[in-house]
Amino acid sequence: MFEIFGIPSAALFGQLLIGLINGSFYALLSLGLAVIFGMLNVINFAHCAQYMMGAFAAFLLLNLTGLGYWTALIVAPILVGIFGIIIERSLLQWLYKLDHLYGLLLTFGLVLIIEGIARNYYGSAGLPYTVPESLQGGRNLGFMFLPNYRAWVIAASLGVCLATWFVIERTKLGSYLRAATENPTLVRAFGINVPLMITLTYGFGVALAAFAGVMAAPIYNVSPQMGSSLIIVVFAVVVIGGMGSILGAIVTGFGLGIIEGLTKVFFPEASNTVIFVIMAIVLLVRPAGLFGRRA
Amino acid sequence: MEQPVGAAQAPAAIEAPLASSMSSRNWSEPLAFVIMVAVLAVAPLYIYPMFLMQALCFALFACAFNLLIGYGGLLSFGHALYFGWASYLAAHSAKVWGFPPELAILTGTLTGAGFGIIAGSLAIRRQGIYFAMITLALAQMMFFFALQMKFTGGEDGIQGVPRGKLFGIIDLADQGNMYVTVVMIFLAGFLLIHRIIHSPFGEVLKAIRENEPRAISLGYKTDRYKLLAFVLSATLAGLAGSTKAIVLQIASLTDVDWPMSGEVVLMALVGGLGTVFGPVVGAFVIVAMQNYLAQVGQWVTVIQGVIFVLCVLLFRRGVIGELAAYLRIRL
Repeated sequence: MFEIFGIPSAALFGQLLIGLINGSFYALLSLGLAVIFGMLNVINFAHCAQYMMGAFAAFLLLNLTGLGYWTALIVAPILVGIFGIIIERSLLQWLYKLDHLYGLLLTFGLVLIIEGIARNYYGSAGLPYTVPESLQGGRNLGFMFLPNYRAWVIAASLGVCLATWFVIERTKLGSYLRAATENPTLVRAFGINVPLMITLTYGFGVALAAFAGVMAAPIYNVSPQMGSSLIIVVFAVVVIGGMGSILGAIVTGFGLGIIEGLTKVFFPEASNTVIFVIMAIVLLVRPAGLFGRRA
Repeated sequence: MEQPVGAAQAPAAIEAPLASSMSSRNWSEPLAFVIMVAVLAVAPLYIYPMFLMQALCFALFACAFNLLIGYGGLLSFGHALYFGWASYLAAHSAKVWGFPPELAILTGTLTGAGFGIIAGSLAIRRQGIYFAMITLALAQMMFFFALQMKFTGGEDGIQGVPRGKLFGIIDLADQGNMYVTVVMIFLAGFLLIHRIIHSPFGEVLKAIRENEPRAISLGYKTDRYKLLAFVLSATLAGLAGSTKAIVLQIASLTDVDWPMSGEVVLMALVGGLGTVFGPVVGAFVIVAMQNYLAQVGQWVTVIQGVIFVLCVLLFRRGVIGELAAYLRIRL
């Protein structure tokens, strides 16, 4: 045991770890928001509800069908992603020609519907979801104790974030996507099915949220309102980072998670609000956001 | 159906109800106003006054919100901040400092104005969707402050706020006196908003809503106009929140939490964004729905969500907006 700035190292690194975990979720969710906003020009307020649906899907798969964590990690995002595609085809597609605000309002309505239904059947109390057997336990790193599951969450979300970045920035499919974001009419003229790409992009973004939800299930309890408090912080993260850059979203997400964790150690009262304060400062100093381009 | 367009194309503004060329034969607004006052005068004979007063506070709140989105094109998703904090300060000053109701309401209103200046000058630095996210984030920050600070009473809120005597003579514990006071406050706020909308300032605000770059090129300092609109809206939301604290004798976390911000959006949307009377009708519809559907529990939230979705997809002009378009008048 040793101390840093008068704080025991175990407490410091413990909070840093929690910060990294929160940062993983901020990064995954803001990445999904940015990808969806890029293609659809819709701020997906329902992202939080879809994250919650991912966690609930994992919970229900386990309790109704007995399918475990690893299956849920694949199946839940696919199910919720299909739900997202249905939403896009039936509701969102009528809004693309309107002001962006209507997309925000419609998806906010979806949050009320989905959360309301979930609360009606499962109440507001959290439902437990146990850590999968293969990831139970942890290891002692000398300066702190690292639970295996938490290490897995950080590694997995970092991996998914980087894979998404690679697909969008470094592959042919990604170049189509970026081109369609810039000028959909021209890309369509080249014979690329842009409407299909838009639908699949929304499905993918929603699946990312559900993936985050499944990973969150063993850490936080599964509860109907688990997403809505998170989404507002993620909005602040998006304002800080700007939605123009994929890598920017990832870096901002993890960075702010760590800052939040450190605040919990040194000034616990401010840990809930520090991200919003940073947002205010960024707006004063760099109104376009850290990675944003001035529109 | 055309598929979406990229950022290159300027987004269409919030659908304005009718062109201002109709103003030459504008008899419909005064007539509707007279009808509204008449209804408010008779209503307590038939409807529970407590419900009416609560609905009037929310109607003023929705009108204040509508000033910003309907005429400035700015969607604030954090108006609970001004409403809720004004309500806390009004309740605290009346209960702990012993302020008379008029001073308590003034304190709350100024609180709304103060937060409006701070949040507004931050939020107008970004446009459109970012504006909405910033206002929401700032409101959430102040929600956490309300949760942690001692004077707000945390989960319990501030209960048993005395109504006191207005100007030292009118006893507000009397339901009739309280009702008349609330109607007066509501009408004053309503007329002020009407005056703002139809002033030269209001016309510039509408120009900014329609085409901000063009307004800038005409020499208007659009940021100042937007900030002033924001502060006016926050101040009036504060007035509504303070009045609510005195009427219901309670200030609680519900008033500063994000669902409240969503509710006021819903009220304005149901009634009709950018209409003068729409938010009033919307507020009555939503408050009535919450009161009469209270026994179905969580389904109220689901119903509200469905109304949101239907309004956005099918009735973007809202009840009053559709009515005005059908009758070809201004409301």
